[in-house]
Amino acid sequence: MNETAIATSPVILAPRVLDEHIVEVISDSGEGAQRCGQVLGAIAARMGNGVWSEEIIPAEIRPPQRSTAGASGNRIRLRAGRVTNGGGETDLVIAFNEQVLLGRVRAGALKPGCIILLENCWRDDRDASVSAAYTKVHDELVAAGYAVYEIPMEQQCRRLVADPRRGKNMFALGILCAIYGLSRDLAREQVRIAFGGKDSTVVERNITLLEAGLSWADRHLALRFSIPATPVTEPQLVINGNIALALGVLASGMEVCAMYPITPATSASHYLTSAFEAVGGVVHQAEDEIAACAFAIGASYAGKCSVTITSGPGYSLKQEGIGLAVMAEIPLVVVNVQRGGPSTGQPTKIEQGDLLTTIFGSHGDAPKIVLAPASVEECFYAVITARKLAETFRMVVVVLSDAALATSQVAVPRPTFDPAWLAPPVNQSPVPAGKPPYDWDPLTGLSERFIPGQPGGMHTITGLAHDRLSHVAYDPESNELGLEARSRKLAALAKTLRPPVVHGDEEGDLLLVGWGSTRGAIEEAVDRLRAEGHRISSLHLLFLQPMAPGIGDIMRKFRKVLAVEANWSDRPDGALFDDETRRYSALALLLRSRTLIDIDCWGQVTGQPIKPDAIVRAARAKLGTIAGDAK
Amino acid sequence: MSEATLCLLRLADEQHSLEDYQSGVPRWCPGCGDNAILSAVQRLCRDEGLRPEKTVFISGIGCSSRFPHYMKTYGLHGIHGRALPIAEGVRMARRDLDVFVNTGDGDCCSIGAAHWIHAIRYNMNLTVMLHDNEIYGLTKKQASPTSPKGLRSNTTPGGAWLEALNPVQVTLGVQNASFVAQVVDWIPELLYDVLHRAWKHRGFSFVHIVQRCPEWLPNQFEPFVRDPSKVALVHHERGLSISPSLAKVYRNQIQHDPRDIDGARKIASQRDPIPVGILYHDPSVPCYEDLRRGNQPPHSAALVKKGLEKQFDKFTIWPQTAEAAD
Ligand SMILES: Cc1ncc(C[n+]2csc(CCOP(=O)(O)OP(=O)(O)O)c2C)c(N)n1
Ligand code: SF4
Ligand SMILES: [Mg+2]
Repeated sequence: MNETAIATSPVILAPRVLDEHIVEVISDSGEGAQRCGQVLGAIAARMGNGVWSEEIIPAEIRPPQRSTAGASGNRIRLRAGRVTNGGGETDLVIAFNEQVLLGRVRAGALKPGCIILLENCWRDDRDASVSAAYTKVHDELVAAGYAVYEIPMEQQCRRLVADPRRGKNMFALGILCAIYGLSRDLAREQVRIAFGGKDSTVVERNITLLEAGLSWADRHLALRFSIPATPVTEPQLVINGNIALALGVLASGMEVCAMYPITPATSASHYLTSAFEAVGGVVHQAEDEIAACAFAIGASYAGKCSVTITSGPGYSLKQEGIGLAVMAEIPLVVVNVQRGGPSTGQPTKIEQGDLLTTIFGSHGDAPKIVLAPASVEECFYAVITARKLAETFRMVVVVLSDAALATSQVAVPRPTFDPAWLAPPVNQSPVPAGKPPYDWDPLTGLSERFIPGQPGGMHTITGLAHDRLSHVAYDPESNELGLEARSRKLAALAKTLRPPVVHGDEEGDLLLVGWGSTRGAIEEAVDRLRAEGHRISSLHLLFLQPMAPGIGDIMRKFRKVLAVEANWSDRPDGALFDDETRRYSALALLLRSRTLIDIDCWGQVTGQPIKPDAIVRAARAKLGTIAGDAK
Repeated sequence: MSEATLCLLRLADEQHSLEDYQSGVPRWCPGCGDNAILSAVQRLCRDEGLRPEKTVFISGIGCSSRFPHYMKTYGLHGIHGRALPIAEGVRMARRDLDVFVNTGDGDCCSIGAAHWIHAIRYNMNLTVMLHDNEIYGLTKKQASPTSPKGLRSNTTPGGAWLEALNPVQVTLGVQNASFVAQVVDWIPELLYDVLHRAWKHRGFSFVHIVQRCPEWLPNQFEPFVRDPSKVALVHHERGLSISPSLAKVYRNQIQHDPRDIDGARKIASQRDPIPVGILYHDPSVPCYEDLRRGNQPPHSAALVKKGLEKQFDKFTIWPQTAEAAD
């Protein structure tokens, strides 16, 4: 049976009230599903729903039309309360053709039996193979139990615009606004904002399409959901992690950003370029990442701390430069928006694979500060903190973001400008006679750097071993003195950090530990298990190097500790993997060596964000072994 | 103190002596051509009264890259091959500084070759000295890209396999080349004059210096040193003018207008006699740092705040207004 909702005048029942719904808008690339999803998210956020949207990006720039690998769009988790991650599988999808939809079904992205709103123009396509393909997929999905509603999007849009392929997205938006009972005035306003840069005819055309979608749904579609919203009272920014990083660069008062294009980091620099220029900053696209790093080092050396933004392969190339900055104590912020590795790996996919290479990267003992923001909002503040730490400690500070944060769009409280974010003007005051350029404090290892232009401070800094005067020194005492001073800086910073706060009770059976973008999913999993009565909590680390104090003490209050990370670890039960051969996940390895606690690990490296469901299952299994131990 | 006295004091301050630019005792081998380059540069700094605190030397790694340690200015002795991008960063951050670069034939033409090509295109205001001894000095005699074919080294015991790369030709082949000169370490007067002109040029001044390495290649340039006819002086009223005393020794001379790039390329291709002088000069090529920052308002807290709020506005969703609610 062809279950369509098309009736001339549906009986609209009271909307079903939901705690949350995950909505997907997917199309061939270029058909505007992304825009539709973004505007939907913005409207819901303005109404006071929790919103988390993720981009669905095909691996190719222009994949063939109507292909299963070509899905492009947005996935939006709408929630009654705050939302901290993308959640589980999709509840409702609106698809512009059946092939991109099929791709999503095969990827396991959709909830079994979920609602599908499907463009039906393909049914009557002049190309018999297209209509056959459509009918086949449609019938299969219906047979598989999906609630498929066929929507004549193209047919409806053709009445209003010449090229319906380019207008459907706003028609689809109208349908979604009707289904979720979103404010129609707000919808109009958001469409106006979304097309604000364009001339008024473009804006009006899109409003017309939106209205058409709304009224079509009023007349033909009985689906109604309501996700209670808490009205917002404060302005919010709707941004993704890369925009947040770029805004952080702007807000930190840095002046130079050097980069080389690489997915998924590039969009931060794209966005930053003109915004930065307007305030006197420069984004320099270097000839490669080695040059970008060297350029940033040169700019830092002669002025304010600078930043270089990259991802895995580029990060590998920067290692020698990072070592120079460590050795010569030149402040530098390096942002690594991690992607799947090793090598070219999975450029658009999610992985937390670079933690160990970040901490131990660059040859020799090269201590650097490593921070991992756990949310889009933290991406903004992490860069400001990084700049400050880099200057204060004369160190390299690496900010580890990842593809999940980079492409997740959420509403965050609009920050209030604080002049303390900014770098102070470059010091050009005379250096007191006799003051050495590496006047290492015996306790903290800190010293004040001299910047070109400061009279009396002339010296040559070098990546060779050197003494306090920056003279090349190969004698054992000088070498160890330098190594110790550089190491002491980390200890000094560690002493200023506060112990991280446990999510949940401070003692129990199981503690999950994580870092970076997995925070929301881990905490949601913990909340669910706690609601079932399990004694589980979680801990999330912002500082990976140095680590905050007290972590070992926190862990000792739990019977078991499980690191949860999106990087590889050998499954404990796989063939050949035993206590001697098993390779642990990155954070587990670090924490085991620091605390001597027998920390276990669990992770997924599927290229997708780890979902709360998966964490719940892994934690449940671990809790099961604890219960078993107790017997 | 009155303004006038202060002014006088400052003047006295700015009368520099050679010692003001000298730091430590160079550790190069006796007879190493790098010593001559150092002397010429120190003289240049003194004569032009460069403020030591406003002068920066950037280098890579190699014997020649030790150069900044012997200057009493600011310096950054970096990593192998990366002197140019580091120097570019310095310039982009600080257009008030005089920035010099010392790099070797391995440093610039091998490991740093990509940066070299792009540095020419950027045309940032840097005075670049390529110390070309046709060998890897610091790592003990391996062939470099500029080693002549047949040169015996530790990695080419049977003689270098390939034709040597000609750095001046390469530089002249890249878009935006604006100042290209060649000189030899054993004619101090010319070395000084060329470096002086290079420093005066606003842009990427590339000076290829044929530099003797008596340690590894003691005879490499001997014939050229001994026989003045194996050096050709390139001169022109727009380029270098040659003193009568030099002209007397070096009879082999080429009149060449440094605006003529085809002529420059032809001269650059010549290896014996070695053409010495300014091959190409185009003061009109814009500097990348000026393009990027020339018309920019200076970075300030007020500007950042304004710019940031504007960006925030772009992404802000305001609380739902009463009228908008339906
Ligand atoms: C990444 C890296 N590779 C190799 C080296 C070893 N190395 C140091 S100097 C040098 C070559 C130096 O030759 P050149 O640039 O011609 O300088 P010269 O010593 O002749 O002045 C090499 C290969 C290094 N320091 N770093
Ligand atoms: S090895 Fe050659 S280049 Fe190096 S210092 Fe000695 S003479 Fe100069
Ligand atoms: Mg050499």
